[in-house]
Amino acid sequence: MLNFALWLSILMFSASLGLCIYRMLIGPDIVDRILTLDTMSVNAMALIILLGIQLNSQLFFEAAMLIAMMGFIGTVSLCKFQLRGNIIE
Amino acid sequence: MHWSLELIISLLLLIGSSFALIGSIGLARLPDFFMRTHAPTKGTTLGVGSTLIASMIYFSVTNGRLSVQELMITIFVFITAPVGAHLMAKTALHLKTRPISKTRNSPLDKE
Amino acid sequence: MLDLNANANKKWSWLPHPVISLAVLVSWLLLTSYSPGSLIMGIILGWFIPWITQGFWIMPVKIKSWPKLAGYCLLVLYDIIIANIQTARLVLADIDKLQPSFIKLPLDLENPVAITMLANTITLTPGTISARVSTDCKHILVHGLNIHDPEQAIHEMKNRYEKPLKEIF
Repeated sequence: MLNFALWLSILMFSASLGLCIYRMLIGPDIVDRILTLDTMSVNAMALIILLGIQLNSQLFFEAAMLIAMMGFIGTVSLCKFQLRGNIIE
Repeated sequence: MHWSLELIISLLLLIGSSFALIGSIGLARLPDFFMRTHAPTKGTTLGVGSTLIASMIYFSVTNGRLSVQELMITIFVFITAPVGAHLMAKTALHLKTRPISKTRNSPLDKE
Repeated sequence: MLDLNANANKKWSWLPHPVISLAVLVSWLLLTSYSPGSLIMGIILGWFIPWITQGFWIMPVKIKSWPKLAGYCLLVLYDIIIANIQTARLVLADIDKLQPSFIKLPLDLENPVAITMLANTITLTPGTISARVSTDCKHILVHGLNIHDPEQAIHEMKNRYEKPLKEIF
């Protein structure tokens, strides 16, 4: 049962990553692409956590945490660049 | 592992991934940027939160000791998701991204 | 304008932010193992990081009542779950029927931390996203996904979230 649920949720997260890529390709504005990148980083983090459960290893936790942090920092710096024209003032 | 624990973990995983999928469907489907922001910020937050709690229960049971590291990512995501959404909406207003025409009271109409 | 650099020239103290020190210690213990060595390292880091960065922090916040803060967190957690179900229903339903709308929410709060918390709460709760805080901190511009009655939405946000925040800070 757990194995089945695990594979089903991996499938669903992959599908949502696919929808993100679709929006990334057609997204009319730069902000749409920033939003998509943010969503993709969170989804990728969840996929890594699921892989960790599947392989029964806690080593993937640090990778997930790094992706979460880098995704947030990336979003903030891209938005800041769009708002001000430079990142560090 | 006891079957009831397995059931709880499976349910949490499925609920989490369906919310994340609905968030991405909203991202792909809604017509303008401001409406699109709603779906992923709310959907993925709870989706990832419940996946992480499932992972927490799983590793606590299999390793035999409490594993609370996942809680840190959950709190981190819950704090950063609204901050990111606010910044992106602010950027969109700054870049004068047009909302769809039926939006009421748009701040860009007055300028 | 809010003066965020009000304490830039303040005298350096030895334990500027006890709450942040405790948070650093707890997260260090969660990230590493629970051995005496990591406890000592956590205490050192929990003292050193707030001490070296104290010039950057805004004024320390006075929280009037901790139980109310905990109650507020539980309320927000409950509302996040409701918000998700509601947004899922709106997204999967007929999107042509949605009525997106911008609302100007007048603010009574003055503390910057309280305003930040209110804006984040609005983003995480049903159907609304805070888009911009005006430069004089008097209004938040809120975008709603499906708002038919702006007056009622303003009333609900003020009663449900702003009132408890006013009592906390």
